[in-house]
Amino acid sequence: MTTITFIQPDGRSRSLALADGTSLMQGATGAGLDGIVAECGGNAMCATCHVYVDEAWAGRLPPRSDEEDALLDGAAAERLPTSRLSCQITVTPDLDGLVVRLPDRQI
Amino acid sequence: MTPSPRAPEPTSGLPPPASGLSPSGAPALDVDPFSTEFFEDPHRIHEALREAGPVVWLSRWSVHAVARYAEVHAVLNDPATFCSGRGVGLSDFARETPWRPKSLILEADPPEHGRTRAVLARVLSPGVMKTLRERFRVAAEALTEDLLARRSFDAVSDLAEAFPLSVFPDAVGLQREGREHLLPYAGLAFNAFGPPNELRRRALETAAPHVDWVMAQCQRQNLAPGGFGAAIHEAADRGEITHDEAPLLVRSLLTAGLDTTVNGIGAAIYCLARFPEAFARLRGKPALARAAFEEAVRFESPVQTFFRTTTRDVEIGGVTIPDGAKVLMFLGAANRDPRRWQDPARYDPERQTVGHVGFGSGIHMCVGQLLARLEGEVMLGALAARVGAIAITGPVVRRYNNTLRGLERLPVTLTPA
Repeated sequence: MTTITFIQPDGRSRSLALADGTSLMQGATGAGLDGIVAECGGNAMCATCHVYVDEAWAGRLPPRSDEEDALLDGAAAERLPTSRLSCQITVTPDLDGLVVRLPDRQI
Repeated sequence: MTPSPRAPEPTSGLPPPASGLSPSGAPALDVDPFSTEFFEDPHRIHEALREAGPVVWLSRWSVHAVARYAEVHAVLNDPATFCSGRGVGLSDFARETPWRPKSLILEADPPEHGRTRAVLARVLSPGVMKTLRERFRVAAEALTEDLLARRSFDAVSDLAEAFPLSVFPDAVGLQREGREHLLPYAGLAFNAFGPPNELRRRALETAAPHVDWVMAQCQRQNLAPGGFGAAIHEAADRGEITHDEAPLLVRSLLTAGLDTTVNGIGAAIYCLARFPEAFARLRGKPALARAAFEEAVRFESPVQTFFRTTTRDVEIGGVTIPDGAKVLMFLGAANRDPRRWQDPARYDPERQTVGHVGFGSGIHMCVGQLLARLEGEVMLGALAARVGAIAITGPVVRRYNNTLRGLERLPVTLTPA
């Protein structure tokens, strides 16, 4: 299990112990976390599982695919250099301690 | 290798007799998911299919089928083993000539599929949806005002069909003349995925004028600049697809982009009319509009079934399905599988629906799902804002189609808020 911290737009934070090999999106929605919609169920189609990765972590994640990059342009909330789709981030032990912030809206 | 079960000949007229035995050892069921009995009430048969085992044998059509959520999801997400290139209907393109040139996206496999898919995904991307939202919202509000003025109407033709028809053909960039061909064309294409029954035969017999019109509309000169159709042809200019492929990709949009949303919106209206408590919750919290539409897609599953074809011998739940066999996926049964869903027969707009397979899953998951959701959201949002109650005020009549689940007639009366 790997611990990931999600911070809501209002500052509330919640740390979840997620199973390695699942996606950040699957782990978060499975735990009933608010703020991630994931309409397409993790098929990289909808850009409603948008998160901002903490700056300290941004360079340590595998890079975006072209597909993810294009989808992020259509995300409902502002796109930042740290924007990612959480369905495209696989939980691995080296992500232990990762902090992500949730945008103010997904749709 | 085990001999492959043979698909019935399209010209044979009669289904093969029920054997009660499956060559693979899967439990055999003599039920017909392409019959009026099934169309009127699929849920009882869905349950029988799910409870019989993880994979079953439909003796009527000599085909394996999966109806539980886990197996349907697994088949959808293993396109290397369960391919689409031999057709996603019962007809096996390795043995029969497709009734129309193959779809370049629906009936394609990787790696070719990725190229055409990327084009349509961009044409229908989240960013494009943002540019359509306001126009669609205004159209939904205008329609709602018209319907409130009429009070009593048919929620299928006057709402579920009228709304997509008021926004989708313009978004594609179609000319006005001949748009009445769109729904019959889609209806026949979805009937053609079924077995060689009366519905399919009649669909193909009456196809010619609809096919001719649709194929003509796919040509560049008939598509207005700025629409989805023109955007597909521009992808050919950039070399992402060939100029010969562009019209066929436009055809995919015309086949799959209208009747599906008609039945999705129809499903949502039928839910909100049958379950006034759910409509009251939507009215109290209009932000639920999008979720209420999504839950209706899970609950009714407007697209009920699709087939795949195995590319090797493959084991599911202890049963080995031979190479080259058709496998039928019951999306509607998966979406109500109690192994996956709590209280599945309850329509709950606040349900966590992530993972439902009403739009499919995996690489072939509905490429127009964002458009469908946008249409559903703005239509339900407009109704929730202005309508106090939706009452069913006449006989509800089901429309029979080999793939699509929806209504022919839904007489309703609106009460203003």
